[in-house]
Amino acid sequence: MKYDLIIIGGGLSGLAAGIRSAHFGNRVCILEQQGRVGGLNSYYHYQGRIFDIGLHAITNYVPRHIKSTPLAKTLRQLRLSYDDFQLLPQQISRITFPTKELRFTNDFNFFIQEISEKFPHQIDQFTKFVQSLKGYDEFSAKKEFVSTRQILQSFFFDPLLIEMLLCPLMFYGCSWENDIDFAQFSVLFRSIFCEGFARPQDGMSKIIQLLKTKYQHCGGELKTNCKVQKLHIHQNKVSEVHLSNGQTMKAEKIISCIGLPETKDLCTSWGGKTTNRTTTPRTGALSFMESIIILNTMPSQLTFDTTILFYNDSERFFYQRPKTLIDTSSGVICCPNNYQTEKPLPEGMIRLTNLANFTLWNGLDEEEYHIQKKFCLRESLKKVERFIPGLQDRILIHDIFTPKTIEKFTGRRQGAVYGTPDKTKDGLTPIKNLFICGTDQGYLGIVGAMLSGISMANAHILY
Amino acid sequence: MTKEEVKTSLLNIISEIVPDEDVMNLEGNTSIRDQIDLDSMDFLDIIMEIRKKYQVEIPEEDYPELATMNSSVTYLEPLLVDK
Repeated sequence: MKYDLIIIGGGLSGLAAGIRSAHFGNRVCILEQQGRVGGLNSYYHYQGRIFDIGLHAITNYVPRHIKSTPLAKTLRQLRLSYDDFQLLPQQISRITFPTKELRFTNDFNFFIQEISEKFPHQIDQFTKFVQSLKGYDEFSAKKEFVSTRQILQSFFFDPLLIEMLLCPLMFYGCSWENDIDFAQFSVLFRSIFCEGFARPQDGMSKIIQLLKTKYQHCGGELKTNCKVQKLHIHQNKVSEVHLSNGQTMKAEKIISCIGLPETKDLCTSWGGKTTNRTTTPRTGALSFMESIIILNTMPSQLTFDTTILFYNDSERFFYQRPKTLIDTSSGVICCPNNYQTEKPLPEGMIRLTNLANFTLWNGLDEEEYHIQKKFCLRESLKKVERFIPGLQDRILIHDIFTPKTIEKFTGRRQGAVYGTPDKTKDGLTPIKNLFICGTDQGYLGIVGAMLSGISMANAHILY
Repeated sequence: MTKEEVKTSLLNIISEIVPDEDVMNLEGNTSIRDQIDLDSMDFLDIIMEIRKKYQVEIPEEDYPELATMNSSVTYLEPLLVDK
């Protein structure tokens, strides 16, 4: 049997692409290598609890009835209702540098006020900058990399403000070292500062279930524990999909959500003689160590009311692969308890994120790997102590994942969660019937992932 | 389908796509997009839902015919007469 569409990878982008395509009558099959869908934003069971793999926050949060936003578009296109996601807005987040702190909420005017108080000499420029972003259409942006640092330097003379603006946005979606393509920056600026953070009441598991059920209701097929081994290319088209269990499948078109370099590796050939970035995508350099910590107390008892805190220990923010296992000179502290809710989580929870070096983690033998995980968590906690005093003595259980864990479970080469810096914004590859969606197409975050699946299905399957 | 059935079916399709909009009070001769929030993605979804439900292809050059409720019904009626 031949499918209209095979989707490789059942993450959020793949599920969204699947829902759209199946809803309009295409025969679709999603192939997911893990036992459960959700990809980078799935969840797992650990010591009687359900942990989200990647979720700190859903960005692009807007209240109900705010229209023409990525969230509203996503819900409409997937025929979901606002209440389906049960979104709890954040309380307050902070960007903390040695000499200054900027706070932000889901009300952009609060952030403007913060800038005017902390950077009064730059507020006029900030207003101009925000105005210029409004006229900027990131979706019809040039394919070439445009340096955000250069643009920011043309607006702001205070380098500290530039670093502080970049810090949270890079942590939450940047696949370049120390700079970011301006189209991506503007997507992130909007999704984080202008819109905001929220958390689904029960974490990602409900959303994943919802999308999976929706997809299957539309008639879509799903194969879990199903790994693609090879995409056989004939006359510049995918002719057969070879699975690791020895089976072969066929489809008119293929959408791959597993990353551009990862997809290229599956293909028996990768046409096109030109050597532009899409034909030779680099592996992303950036990965993280993430620690999930359950406390025997509530964060509020430790006087911590921040939803997400981004810290950096110097005036300059270095967003790059560290030369050590992890880099604790900057980091992210996320507290899932600190979202506005009437149904508080039963236990206190903190998530810590630091930049990490895949190669170094990968080079450790098993014993050393476990020792280093514990050591790095201690190092990471030392930096957190000044923000959450007493945290170290309140740890009930913890789970740590390294770039190696991320690579193993997501298939992202070198644990590069934000993918290659060489995005294919139109989703096209050198192979005629093979398209990319998800992180390497260029949209970011949970809403962004779904929107990527939607727009690629629209562009290449439906319209 | 009668004229009235075409109208009801179209309203159902629109309200499925934009459930948060009040489509039942749409003014017949005013542009639909001036009355409710409906972007180009939503508009294309209307076309695709019609195709899915009734196997009717609407060519792109005819899209302007679907600007108002009344013009849409006038345009769709002969296409849906046997449906």
